Amino acid sequence: MYAYDEIDRTLVNERVSEFRDQVKRRLSGELTEDEFKMLRLQNGVYLQLHAYMFRVAIPYGTLSSEQLRRFAHIARKYDRGYGHFTTRQNIQFNWIKLSDLPDALADLAEVGIHAMQTSGNNMRNVTSDQWAGVAPGEIEDPRIWSELIRQHTTLHPEFSFLPRKFKIAITASDHDRAAIKIHDIGLRLIKNEKGETGFEVLVGGGLGRTPFIGKTIKHFVHGRDILSYIEAILRVYNQYGRRDNIYKARIKILVHELGIEKFSREVEEEWQHIRNSSLQIDDEVIEDIRSRFTYPAYEKLPHMPDELRQAAADPAFEAWRKNSVAPHKVQGYSIVTISLKPVGGPPGDATAEQMDALADLAEKYSFGEIRVGHEQNLALPHVAKRDLPALWRALDKLGLATPNVNLITDIIACPGLDYCSLANARSIPIAQELTRRFANHELANLIGRLHINISGCINACGHHHVGHIGILGVEKNGEEVYQITIGGRADESAALGNLIGPGVKFEEVADVVEDVVEAYLALRERPEELFIDTVKRLGVEPFKERVYATR
Amino acid sequence: MTSPLQQKIKVTGPSIVTANRTWDGIVIYRTAARDWSAELSEAAIVRNADEARALLAESVADDVGAVGAYIAPVQVGDDGKVAPGNLREQIRRSGVTIGLPVQV
Repeated sequence: MYAYDEIDRTLVNERVSEFRDQVKRRLSGELTEDEFKMLRLQNGVYLQLHAYMFRVAIPYGTLSSEQLRRFAHIARKYDRGYGHFTTRQNIQFNWIKLSDLPDALADLAEVGIHAMQTSGNNMRNVTSDQWAGVAPGEIEDPRIWSELIRQHTTLHPEFSFLPRKFKIAITASDHDRAAIKIHDIGLRLIKNEKGETGFEVLVGGGLGRTPFIGKTIKHFVHGRDILSYIEAILRVYNQYGRRDNIYKARIKILVHELGIEKFSREVEEEWQHIRNSSLQIDDEVIEDIRSRFTYPAYEKLPHMPDELRQAAADPAFEAWRKNSVAPHKVQGYSIVTISLKPVGGPPGDATAEQMDALADLAEKYSFGEIRVGHEQNLALPHVAKRDLPALWRALDKLGLATPNVNLITDIIACPGLDYCSLANARSIPIAQELTRRFANHELANLIGRLHINISGCINACGHHHVGHIGILGVEKNGEEVYQITIGGRADESAALGNLIGPGVKFEEVADVVEDVVEAYLALRERPEELFIDTVKRLGVEPFKERVYATR
Repeated sequence: MTSPLQQKIKVTGPSIVTANRTWDGIVIYRTAARDWSAELSEAAIVRNADEARALLAESVADDVGAVGAYIAPVQVGDDGKVAPGNLREQIRRSGVTIGLPVQV
């Protein structure tokens, strides 16, 4: 966990006071909506179909039990008893009143949580690997650097009015769980030949209307230079980014139009002006941030405790363990992913009761720490293996032990037309139907790893472009129509999916997905060949033939 | 930001003006009495672009009470009953099409 210092606390508290005054002036008519809109967006407040939506940041996806309990409190006191975890390590409350928002922000500030820059054309929540600090083989904890960037960019005047929103993600593992290649800037923490910490820097990734996979702009930037290098990128973007056309305003368009070589030269030139400035990071700064992260006092525990050996005889436990439990860097411990994808449930939602109970379980079994992943699941990062059976029984009672992590029903979905004012089509009912179609755990296991991502509009909050199966809802002649892509992925081999054919109606989507899956099962060379690998080997055609032969 | 009044207004059938109430965000409809109501049945119905523009203009003028006013299509039955004209407006009127995690 990261402990806030006095500067952090003052910043957050002052922001609450400012926003309280702004809301008061808006409600009295002193501020018009045009004047107020930017202020509310800078505090994570959107206006959706039925109500205001409040988006709260969970920096680098790390939460304490106390903070999770506070989310439960917000859900219960100001909302409708639940919250929605997003694809960028945020939580959203869908039914909050504008008049209640200052109090909600004040309640969050007491536990060091805020909503700054969760919306608007500024630097958004810096995200990271939800297994940061505990993943085996990780180079070092990427959250140290996430926190450095968070501190530098929060309320930075030069980056508060960018051409468009700007997102950074950081990973420090070979396997990318932070989806860095679909971010405006993606940072992969590496060591150079001297053993010094630095970053491979990618730029220009993003989804939405015009999707691009990020390109490497520099293979190694030393850690001490990372702020100046990021700042150089942002300055070039600030200068040349399109402010005249919202659809062309993201940095990915600028990188595409200039070409990565020219863009890189512009950045390099800017960087030379600021590289040896106060932006250069002293080791003491990093060490100070590092010292504010606390790590558990792990016990020396056996690799295979008796409790785990005995529980392995229970097929239900084993089904859960196989998909939800991952190796930890410390012997005797595990990382446990908690699926927020129950059969028939909205992906990413958790009730206040579940959040409270999970906060208790985190205190009992995970040193009071919870993580949030971009796949809209939670994780307990430090669970002793001997505690896994007891934790599983407790999660099962809460409806949080669905054994489907990384399987076909572990679906990413945006809120869609049920909530979102931008959406053209519904996402959640599609996800719900798919979880029912593939509810049979043996079938889901037979299919193996398969990610379905669903967006209710071209803005792609559900990351449909990078789903192994991607589903995009659009509106055509007043009807919801869904375009299906296959072959996308968001990991270290990130790729955009390819369309398999004409769009299909709402009622047909689950049938089409079943056809695609049946084709895969028939076409795969061996059971271990994952869906994504079969698509890579064969292309779209065999799947297209299967789906459209009878349509 | 482009004012809704500067945008092209296209009305192909009976329409209403809807918005969200400023203090709590709930869906509201402009009434013939130059007020707002949470009931679609109380909405003022317009049938051409000029009427729509006039209703929208007075709605937008109430910047304190309502946010984001716009024209939306409705269907008027033979019995005079007003229904939303598309799925978006149906959802805004009746709520989400899914069961909420917590019933209130």
